Amino acid sequence: MALKLELLKSSPYFSGLSSIELEAISRLVFEKSYGQGVVIVLEGEVAEALYFVASGAVKVFKTSVDGKEQTLAVIRPQETFNEVPVFDGDVNPASAQAMTPVTLYGIRRSDIENILRSYPYVAINVIKVMAGRLRHLVALVEDLSFRHVIGRVARILLEYTADGASPGPRLTQRDMAAMAGTAREVVSRSLKTLEKDGFIKMDRHRIIIKDREALNNIVSPLFETKVTDG
Amino acid sequence: MMPQIDKEKCNGCGLCVSVCLQHSLMLVDGVVVMVEEVECDWCTQCEAVCDSGSISCPFEIVREQ
Repeated sequence: MALKLELLKSSPYFSGLSSIELEAISRLVFEKSYGQGVVIVLEGEVAEALYFVASGAVKVFKTSVDGKEQTLAVIRPQETFNEVPVFDGDVNPASAQAMTPVTLYGIRRSDIENILRSYPYVAINVIKVMAGRLRHLVALVEDLSFRHVIGRVARILLEYTADGASPGPRLTQRDMAAMAGTAREVVSRSLKTLEKDGFIKMDRHRIIIKDREALNNIVSPLFETKVTDG
Repeated sequence: MMPQIDKEKCNGCGLCVSVCLQHSLMLVDGVVVMVEEVECDWCTQCEAVCDSGSISCPFEIVREQ
């Protein structure tokens, strides 16, 4: 109970509420635990509840018909997921999977409606949270649709390939994301695509360039020059 | 080769420890450390869940021999 209250208190959804109000809301909260890798929410299914992550991390993702996966967000403690279907009454727009063992606090859809009616202040907080989510997703849409991120990643790989005489700089996916002006999730997917296409091979901490010519061909036209051998 | 840890940045949340399928990480005195005898398979999930940016899984980019 105390943990539940602490989590609700620290959630942006319920900031500004009194202890009595929080306690009333906490009576509507149920707890669920999942093992690592378990799919908590499946895209296309009816949503039961809004979830707060109490401990662990949850990956929210979409899967294409040909099996490609795009991570939309990593949800950490005190953050929430599954808002959209809970508020619009439609099915889950994405799936969610436990990246670690997770404990969630959930509030059922019907209870959420009652909370919003009883505590209008929460509705303002919800709008703020949803606006933040929308901003994140708009940026992701921009990355995925308008920017040729895979070309930028290819260029980074070509540019930072060790010359053979000395080790080249070592880059994290976060470094590459910062260089390409995109999100780490998009870099991760780009690397997977390049590997699937046979242009690179991921070998533990090494990225092996298998086909420089192919990488050169997909370098974004935004860049003036291609990276040449030598 | 093991992931790099910036102990100054680590907030001890432990998400990296629980995401690691190889059990290559553990918390000691509230700070993440590598378990030296376990080989990391470089899945980079620890870097992905780390909100404080304290874990890095850098790649060396090399040509095919």
